Amino acid sequence: MAIGHTELGVTPGARSGGDAASLLEATSGRRADRVFRSVALLAGLFVLAILGLIATSTTREAWPAFRSEGLSFLTSSTWIPAEGKFGALAFIYGTVLSSVLALLLAVPVSLGIALYANEAAPSRIRRPIIYVMDLLAAIPSVVYGLWGFIVLAPFLGPSVYAPINDAVGGWPVIGWFLNGSSGRSFMTAGIILAIMITPIVTSLSREVIATVPQAQREAAYGMGATRWEMIRLAVLPWGRGGIVGAVMLGLGRAMGETIAVALVIGSQPGQITTHLFEAGDSMAAVIVNQFGEASGNHRAALVGLGVVLFLVTIIVNVSARAIVARFDRRAQGI
Amino acid sequence: MNELLVHFDAGEALLRGTTKRSRRVRNRLASIWMAGSVLVAIVPLALVIGYVVVKGIGQLTPDWFTKDLPAVTRKASGGMGPAIVGTLLITGVAAAMAVPLGVLGAIYLHEYGGRGRLARLIRFMADVMTGVPSIVMGLFVYTVWTISHGLSAFGGALALACLMLPIIIRTTEEMLRLVPDELRQASYALGNRKWRTIITVVLPAAFGGITSGVMLAVARAAGETAPLVFTIGAARNLNLSIFNGPTTALSVQIFGNAQTPFEAAQARAWGAALTLVALVFILTILARVVSARVARRHNA
Repeated sequence: MAIGHTELGVTPGARSGGDAASLLEATSGRRADRVFRSVALLAGLFVLAILGLIATSTTREAWPAFRSEGLSFLTSSTWIPAEGKFGALAFIYGTVLSSVLALLLAVPVSLGIALYANEAAPSRIRRPIIYVMDLLAAIPSVVYGLWGFIVLAPFLGPSVYAPINDAVGGWPVIGWFLNGSSGRSFMTAGIILAIMITPIVTSLSREVIATVPQAQREAAYGMGATRWEMIRLAVLPWGRGGIVGAVMLGLGRAMGETIAVALVIGSQPGQITTHLFEAGDSMAAVIVNQFGEASGNHRAALVGLGVVLFLVTIIVNVSARAIVARFDRRAQGI
Repeated sequence: MNELLVHFDAGEALLRGTTKRSRRVRNRLASIWMAGSVLVAIVPLALVIGYVVVKGIGQLTPDWFTKDLPAVTRKASGGMGPAIVGTLLITGVAAAMAVPLGVLGAIYLHEYGGRGRLARLIRFMADVMTGVPSIVMGLFVYTVWTISHGLSAFGGALALACLMLPIIIRTTEEMLRLVPDELRQASYALGNRKWRTIITVVLPAAFGGITSGVMLAVARAAGETAPLVFTIGAARNLNLSIFNGPTTALSVQIFGNAQTPFEAAQARAWGAALTLVALVFILTILARVVSARVARRHNA
């Protein structure tokens, strides 16, 4: 109290005074303000600087490979480091296939959980559901990879894939996909990725669903709708944009995931096949698996894969954010 | 308004031609799908945690935390000490870089930038940056740091800091948004300058929320593997130096040991997984406790 009093006693004089000392203090205070603002701005600009640096430094490092391969870096699937051939098409295919499989598995489950937690669950189990999702998200990807590598893949190969392959592998259409019996395969990668992206897709969808105005729900119920009809009438149409954004962010996450995929996809370069139960490889996985023993153009080509991955995930993320932002504006009624 | 009409049309179409019974059946099926989804998500969580605990718990002897890594991976000997210290050191240095930068960046976004064009751009790019794959961050740090300065804990910390920065910026900004404007105005009324107001009034008010966000970002970074593989190298012995020489980390040890065909090495991978999961869960749960306490105070 005493300190407060002396401070109050001194400061008004300093602020209002016209003498040189207080004038100096006022300008230095203004300068301190300006300095602080600049420091904060500089910190914010770091984000832009880092993103720019990522693009330029990795592209420069990968340039020898881009120059020697040209467009065939993207269109050829021949990847033979010993002969200096670097075509990334099979890895791009593997990344896309495993991520799409992950979405097909994860989206129905994530949407189900999000709807359950927001619309159907008794209020006392809503919080536990959110905790479970938090824990699922907190487990490091290398731990999922370890489990997939030692437990899941050796089980799926002989006990699930092989019987399915024997039963329907010869059929037209279905047999094109449900074919092969490798435990480490596109499908196993898709399953592990699905587990990993479920929490993020769920929590983003939940945020979207939570913004549906209560009046819309009540209007649907008022017309005699069942809960499912209410969800289809009032919740899903409102949340469509945001849910699409959430799914795309999940896609971006799946495409960039490295360690878990590297452990369970089977590391079979050059594989472009519709057979889901066969080993393949993805961009991120091949980078981490080959980087240690690579040098020269091989290393440049691996960094080049990183550049492609960076561009693809940036495109996916920017479009997802744009969709979400448009949805946000509508939700706020602007 | 138009949209509501569209919805009612859709509703009419939805209801037309359906009997009371089939509507009830459909409602029941949807409920089963929603509740079933939760079970489907719990199964892998329980399996992964169960395996990690059962297979890893036997490794956690006193030696595990203190001894160096074994010279021969196929035999059961040595400990995981250097990797545990490595993970803590790398993550700690990363946090020391990313937290001040992230908090300052968030202060710019919320206290100065607001809805201006530059702030909107930075905000958008921070969102985009959270989507950059961790392996790309690893390659980035490899090209700008490791090639010229060699393998070290600092390289790994740089990569993890890049991953943490956008998360910290965005969560801190959310927390600053929760600080009531009246507090700022009261501080101005006492004659405080803006920078003093931010440091002595706004930041303390948001401290709990910021701490919780930071801990979640740290927990996520501590489990990262891909960005460390190219930047920290592989050491068997304890390396406390940040800038000199290769080191190792729990995640890297899991990745390396899992792929060997030796039982003793795979057992070490499970032990390292249990250690890492325990570390990450403790951070995550602490973050939840802190944020729950903040929410309670906020409501009170």
